[in-house]
Amino acid sequence: MNTSVLEVEEKKELETAPIMGSEGVLKCLLEEGVDTIFGYPGGAIMPVYDSLYGYADQLNHVLSRHEQGAIHAAQGYARASGKVGVCLATSGPGATNLITGITDAMIDSTPLVCITGQVASHLLGSDAFQETDIIGISMPVTKWNFQVTQADEIPEALAKAFYIARSGRPGPVLIDITKNAQQSTFDFQYEPCTRIRSYHPYPALEEEPMAQAAKLINEAKKPYILFGQGVILSGAEQELQQLIEKAGIPAASTLLGLSAFSTRHPLYVGYTGMHGNYGPNVKTNECDVFIAIGMRFDDRVTGDVNTYAAQAKVIHIELDPAEINKNIKVDVAINGDAKQALQALIPLLNENTHEDWLAEFHECDRIEMEKAIKKSIDPQQGLLTMAEVVHRLSEYTQGKSMIVTDVGQHQMMTSRYYKFDYLRSHITSGGLGTMGFCLPAAIGAKIGAPEREVIAIIGDGGFQMTLQELGLIMQYQVGVKILILNNEFLGMVRQWQQLFFDKRYSFTEMQNPDFIALAGSYGIPAQRIEKREDLGSAFDSWLSTEGPSLLEVLVEKEENVFPMVPTGTCVSKIRLE
Amino acid sequence: MEEQLYTISILTENKPGLLNKITIVFNRRKINIRSLNVSTSEVSNVSRYTLVVNMTETEIEKVVKQIRKVVDVLGSFYYREEEIYFREIALYKLSYDLYKNNDSLADLLIAHDAKIISTEGDHLVVEKTGSKMETHDLYEALQPYDLLEFVRSGRVAISKSKRRTEAFIHELETSTSNALSIKEF
Repeated sequence: MNTSVLEVEEKKELETAPIMGSEGVLKCLLEEGVDTIFGYPGGAIMPVYDSLYGYADQLNHVLSRHEQGAIHAAQGYARASGKVGVCLATSGPGATNLITGITDAMIDSTPLVCITGQVASHLLGSDAFQETDIIGISMPVTKWNFQVTQADEIPEALAKAFYIARSGRPGPVLIDITKNAQQSTFDFQYEPCTRIRSYHPYPALEEEPMAQAAKLINEAKKPYILFGQGVILSGAEQELQQLIEKAGIPAASTLLGLSAFSTRHPLYVGYTGMHGNYGPNVKTNECDVFIAIGMRFDDRVTGDVNTYAAQAKVIHIELDPAEINKNIKVDVAINGDAKQALQALIPLLNENTHEDWLAEFHECDRIEMEKAIKKSIDPQQGLLTMAEVVHRLSEYTQGKSMIVTDVGQHQMMTSRYYKFDYLRSHITSGGLGTMGFCLPAAIGAKIGAPEREVIAIIGDGGFQMTLQELGLIMQYQVGVKILILNNEFLGMVRQWQQLFFDKRYSFTEMQNPDFIALAGSYGIPAQRIEKREDLGSAFDSWLSTEGPSLLEVLVEKEENVFPMVPTGTCVSKIRLE
Repeated sequence: MEEQLYTISILTENKPGLLNKITIVFNRRKINIRSLNVSTSEVSNVSRYTLVVNMTETEIEKVVKQIRKVVDVLGSFYYREEEIYFREIALYKLSYDLYKNNDSLADLLIAHDAKIISTEGDHLVVEKTGSKMETHDLYEALQPYDLLEFVRSGRVAISKSKRRTEAFIHELETSTSNALSIKEF
């Protein structure tokens, strides 16, 4: 007894030895289980970087080539590993360069803690060198933000930051730390945050809507499930499968829901949205009970909200109460975490099948195959198509790779034609549609899931927005496999120009550099192909290369993504060609 | 759906920066805030924001839910005019000489239930508490008397509900629900 008291006192003494604020930041990260951080140094964050020098054995810092690269890498890391992504940047431009990634993480619910340096507190508001009001700037795009001006505020601020970032509907948090706070000493003590009285991340499930939902589902003739990223964020993949199988309900995925459920499952009916599959779009407006799980009725999913599932009873299982009745009025709202909600719902459901209803989806698949898919994935002549390359890659990797995409046609082709058959395998910029996201996000994904084969599928436009991160790949030999689908066009914009702007191709054609030589200058093995017959052997050498490698495929210049629901139109009016 | 006046009452922790986080919700949707008041509440360290906006019920529900999501916001509620007691205060500056030479002006102030709060120097400051319409009526009535300065506060409002803030905060501290009502308070 006495000895343990002594030990405690000794320990306490050790803990309370004053340390610098900058070191306190790192100790907080270690307390939160962080082992990897992405960042870029600069004046106002230098004290933290100086402390980091002594913590290199405990904290793996990955140096990007631009702060935007660091934050997208942190996003990719978070989404691949399920942990909080941590990003460090300096004040002023360092901080503002994070904004696109923070916004992306906000709309796609990615847990991030961003730590920015700030000028000394006596200089705040004085237009000091590299001073910017990053708290003001990031306010609309963070789940929470806070400025630390004294060292002793650091532990509480960071504890709150991690708690808020990862709990409930995850999101980005920014902590701005003035240089004087980093440079003054304080007594370090860490207490993880477990509760904030104004913040209730996990609502208690209510019984009544659960019973109503069960009744609707049990009595439904044509039930239909649409699941989103909420399933992945709550780790409810198994429960989702149980629900689908027990009640025998055809299920479709949103863009961010992809890989939450195997595309090879007989009850999987495809991917929904603007460029989604024919069946899931059309059947939305024919089902009798529509069950939305962990999704937010994005306009790219719903098209015209007035006609969307208007005939159906809509059940919405959603963690964020502000999403309920936001875009689509629902009949039954289950406000709760997807995993908990499904665990409560499944026992209330009858075992069931809906074979005739499922057959209607299969008939849609047949029509879509005939009118759209076949000519996309098997054009037989002309240049390779994006759809074809993705389809072949999907077969080659058996749908087991972790796929990271950018934004545009290649992204839609991937979501359509990569047949995901492994959980947590799809990372893309969904809500914000951030070109330049892919390369750094893929780097972060590979670092977050080193055991997985991570493939970055990028267009020639998006690649050039963040290609400086090839430097990061070179320095750390991150084994990302990069696939550039090069059509020398900003393809999706060009497609819209063709369909809606009378083929006036205003500034969408691109003259590109030699990507192979470029990769070569970073020491990354690369090859370019354009012939159909070379694709298989190119995959062989590209994917069997140890470490990073790049494959550029020259594809058809004016390929279009079909089917397509034009903006704001009824999903039943989906165009097949 | 028709637009109408709504009063939003928000209970928050007393923290800097929160006002900005709340007004961002309106700014993003290009909603004009007609009046805004921040004060303490009857619970220590809890602030009360009172805003007036003109919106449809569908929109106000969404906005109030978004405000509720802001960390450090304890509660966010909206009311129709008949669900609250509300007042604004207006101050009017007039020339003291004019007042001395005009009996009708004194009668006017009495008729409007307005109070003279200062006669220092050559000025007269009049206070009128009431609805926006009442303070506006006096404003109109004073136009012929060379109104030197006019200012009106934001609305303050108290709901007709019997719930107590203290009890609400206690409920918050013990609850695991985030589905706390945005309608009743």
